[in-house]
Amino acid sequence: MVFNKHLNVLSATILLAACGASEPPATASDKPAPAKAAPAPVADPYPSTYKAYPGVATVIRGATVFDGEGGRIENGTVFLSEGKVTAIGGPDTPIPADVAAIDGRGKWVTPGIIDIHSHLGDYPSPSVQANSDGNEATSAVTPQVWAEHSVWPQDPGFSRALANGGITALQILPGSANLFGGRSVVLKNVPGRTVQQMKFPGAPQGLKMACGENPKRVYGSRNQLPSTRMGNMAVNRHTWMRATEYKRKRDKGEAQPRDPSMDTLADVLDGKILVHNHCYRADEMAFVIDMSKEFGYKVSTFHHAVEAYKIADLLRQNGICAAMWSDWYGFKMESYDAIKENIPLVHNAGACAIVHSDDANGIQRLNQEAAKALADGRRMGIQVSDEVAWTWLSWNPAKAMGIGDVTGSLKPGKNADVVLWNGNPFSVYTRPDRVWIDGALMYDAGDPKRRPVSDFELGQIGEGDVK
Amino acid sequence: MRALLLACTALIAAPAAAQTVAITGGTVAIGDGSAPIERGTVVVANGRVVAAGANVAVPAGAQVIDATGKWVTPGIVAGFTRMGIVEVDGVSQTSDVAANNSIWSAAIDIVPAINPRSTPIAINRIEGVTRAVVSPGTGATMFAGQGAVIDLGADMDAVTRPRAFQFVEFGETGAREAGGSRPAAFLQFRSSLQAAQAYARNPAGYDGDSKDAILPRADAAALVPVVNGAMPLLVHVERGSDILAVLGLRREFPALKLVLVGAVEGWTVAREIAAAGVPVIASALNDLPDSFETLAATQSNIGRMKAAGVKVSIGMIGDNESRMAFQSTQYAGNLVALGKVPGATGLDWAAAFATITSAPAEAIGLGGEIGSLRAGRRGDVVLWNGDPLELSSAAERVWIDGVEQPMESRQTKLRDRYRTASEGQLPKAYER
Repeated sequence: MVFNKHLNVLSATILLAACGASEPPATASDKPAPAKAAPAPVADPYPSTYKAYPGVATVIRGATVFDGEGGRIENGTVFLSEGKVTAIGGPDTPIPADVAAIDGRGKWVTPGIIDIHSHLGDYPSPSVQANSDGNEATSAVTPQVWAEHSVWPQDPGFSRALANGGITALQILPGSANLFGGRSVVLKNVPGRTVQQMKFPGAPQGLKMACGENPKRVYGSRNQLPSTRMGNMAVNRHTWMRATEYKRKRDKGEAQPRDPSMDTLADVLDGKILVHNHCYRADEMAFVIDMSKEFGYKVSTFHHAVEAYKIADLLRQNGICAAMWSDWYGFKMESYDAIKENIPLVHNAGACAIVHSDDANGIQRLNQEAAKALADGRRMGIQVSDEVAWTWLSWNPAKAMGIGDVTGSLKPGKNADVVLWNGNPFSVYTRPDRVWIDGALMYDAGDPKRRPVSDFELGQIGEGDVK
Repeated sequence: MRALLLACTALIAAPAAAQTVAITGGTVAIGDGSAPIERGTVVVANGRVVAAGANVAVPAGAQVIDATGKWVTPGIVAGFTRMGIVEVDGVSQTSDVAANNSIWSAAIDIVPAINPRSTPIAINRIEGVTRAVVSPGTGATMFAGQGAVIDLGADMDAVTRPRAFQFVEFGETGAREAGGSRPAAFLQFRSSLQAAQAYARNPAGYDGDSKDAILPRADAAALVPVVNGAMPLLVHVERGSDILAVLGLRREFPALKLVLVGAVEGWTVAREIAAAGVPVIASALNDLPDSFETLAATQSNIGRMKAAGVKVSIGMIGDNESRMAFQSTQYAGNLVALGKVPGATGLDWAAAFATITSAPAEAIGLGGEIGSLRAGRRGDVVLWNGDPLELSSAAERVWIDGVEQPMESRQTKLRDRYRTASEGQLPKAYER
C-alpha cells in the first residue's frame, strides 16, 4: 500500500509537470506568432542519425569474389578500410602491411544482399495485432503515411535477415491494401534504439502503390471505391490529377493549403520519390506504364510481378525493374500464372531482374531463391553465370532504390557492405560466415557476441541462440 | 445412362502399365537414413521396389536406364500438406480445407475433396514429390477431421490410405476453436474422447442428436479409432508447455497414437518427446518468434530433437501447405547447412534426406509402404540430375507405383509459350 501511495504521488507530480501548470513554458510556441506565411516545409524532418559502427581495416584473401556488377575474381583480394571497399583484385593486389587478414580460401565474398521488398518492423514478429502496422487500410489513397513511422526497431526479424541472409540494406514498404500505400524507407540492417539510427543516409524514399486484387478486395468488401480494377485505375488517375494541380501551384508558389498526401505525390512527379508498384498481372503492369506516362512519373520497379515474363520486352523498353520471387504461385488468382523461370526470362530479355522477399523467412534465403531461379533458367537454356546472377541480389536492387552510387557492388570507394560466405552462396549448404556494414563487423558466425539480440528476445527462452 | 457410364469410364485415365525398370550407375539414396551408395542400381517391377543398392542384378527384359552421374532416390513424401484440396488459396470456392459452418468436425473425411488434377499436384510431382500427407483444417471445432495419404500420380486414383489419421489443433488455434482458452481445448478434447468411448461401449444408446450432446454421432464414431489407438492422432502444437500437456493426455487415454505437428519449441522438451516415443512432423526452418507460442524458434530445432532421440520428419504446416511441398528438399538441405554453423545443430545428409522420405512415412504408419527404396516398397522413384537437396538440382524422371510420370504442368506450358515475350505471326493464344 505504501508503494502504491508513493506511486500516486509520483504520478500526480509528473502529470502536473507535463501540464506545465507550475512553470511558464519555455517553448517558442508560447510567444504570439506574427502574422506571416507558413514556414517553408522542413526538407528532411526525420533525418537519419545512422553512423557507421567502428571497424578495423581488414583484408580477405583467397576467396572467390563476385563484385556484384557481374565480375568474378578467383583467389581474390578484398580490402576494407575506413568503412569503404578500398581495393579489390587478384592475389597480387597491394595491401598495406599490419592489417587484419582473413583466410577466405574455400569461401566466397559478395556485396551484402539488398532486399527491395520487406515488411520487417512494420509487420514484425511476434505478429500480434498490437504490432501490426503495415497497412493504413482506412482509405485506398494514403500517400501521406510513412512506413518509417511504423517500423519497430526491436523486430527480431532484422537479426535473422543479417545472420542467415547476409542482408545489409532493405526497403521497408507499407502494405498493399491501398492503391497509394504511403512512403517507404530504406534501412541499413543495423539494430537501433530508434528508426532514425537505421535509416540509410541519403536514400530516397519510395512510394508504395498497388494494383489488382488487394485494393479492390479491401475496399470493395466495404462497398467503397474501388471494387474493381477499373475502379483502381479511376482512383489512381483522379489522384494523379489532383497531384498534378497541387504540384503546379507548388512550383509557382501559389497559395494552397499544405497537404501531406499531395506533397508525397508532387515529390514523385519531381522525381525525388521512387515508385515501387505492387503489381502481379502483365495487363495491369502495361496500364500502369501508360498511366505513368500520362502523368509524367517513372515507375522504378514492379514488385511481385509474377507475370513479368509475359511483358519482359515492355519492361526493358521502359527501363523498369521487376522484383520477383523464384517459385511462389497460386496463393491468389493474380499469382496463378507464376512460373519458376520468371526471373531468368526477365533477365534474358534485357530487363532489370531483382530477387525480393516480402517475407520475414524468405529474406533469410534470398541467395537460395536466386539459385533456384538461376537453375530453372539454365534448364530452359538461359545461360547466366553465377556472378551475373548476383546482380539480382545487390546491384539491381541498389540501383532501383537509388542507392547504387554507394552500395550494391564491391567497387573501390563504395560502402563496405560485404558478406563472407562459408561456401558458394548459390549452394543450399552455405551460410554467411561474417557480415560487414560500412566496414563494421555486424555478424560473425564464430563469435556469439557478434550476433544481435533484440530487446524483445532478452529474458525469453532461446535468448542469444543461433536461430 | 449407358452413354453416361461410358463417358465416366473414359474420364478415368488408366495409368500406363508399370513395367520392370532397372536404373543403373547412379548415386542411390535409400531414404532410410543410410548413406548414399555410389554406382548403385534400383530395380522396380510390378509397381514395387524389387531391390536397390550396390551389386543389384538387372533382371532380364528390364528397361535399363543409365543414371551415371545422376542420383536415384525414393520420391519425396510431403509430411504435412493440404495438397489436392485447394486450387487457389484466395478463391474460397476452390478450397476444401475447412468447414467453418459444418455441424461435423472429427467425422469429416478429406477423401472426396481430393482432386488429382489440381495444379499443385502436377507442379509438385515434377519436382519429385510423389506422396503427401493431406490434412483437413479445423473449422467448427478443434478437431479438423480425417486426413489421407495420397500419391501425386497423373491418374484419378490418388488415395494411398484414406482416413489415415485424425487432425486436431491445440495451442493458440485449438484454444480459439474450443471457445477461447487452452483449458477449454483440453476439456473439449477429453470430453470428446470420453464421448467416443461411450459411443464405442453402446453405439445404439449413444445420444448424439440432442442439443446437449457433446458430439454428433458421426464425430463420436470417428474418434473411436483415435481413442483406441487404431488411428494416429496428428496434433498441431508449438509451445514447450503445450507439448508436455499434450503428451500428458496419454495418462487418461493410454492408447492414443500421438504424432506432433509443428513443434517449433520441441527442442526445449526434446527428452520428454523422445521418452514418450512420439514422432514429430516438424516445421523445418522456423526461427522467428512469430507468436508467443514460438518464442524459442530456431533452425536447430529438428537437429536438437533428433540428437535427443526424437523421430523427426519435415512437414509444411502453416507454410503454403496447399502448394509448396517441393520446398521440402531445400529445407532438408538447409538442415545440412547448419552443420557448418558454430553452435547450431543440423543433420547429416542421410538423416536430412530421411526427414522427407522414410521418416514422415513412418510417422503416419506407412513406413512399410512408402518413403524408401527398401525391397517391397511402392515403386516411387526419382531420377535427379544431381544431389536432390541442392538448389541447382532437378528431378528429371519420376515414377509412382512403378509408372513413369509426365513431366509437364501449367507452369511448364506457360514457360514454353513465353520463351520470348513478344508475339510471332499470331497472338500468344495460338502458341502451344
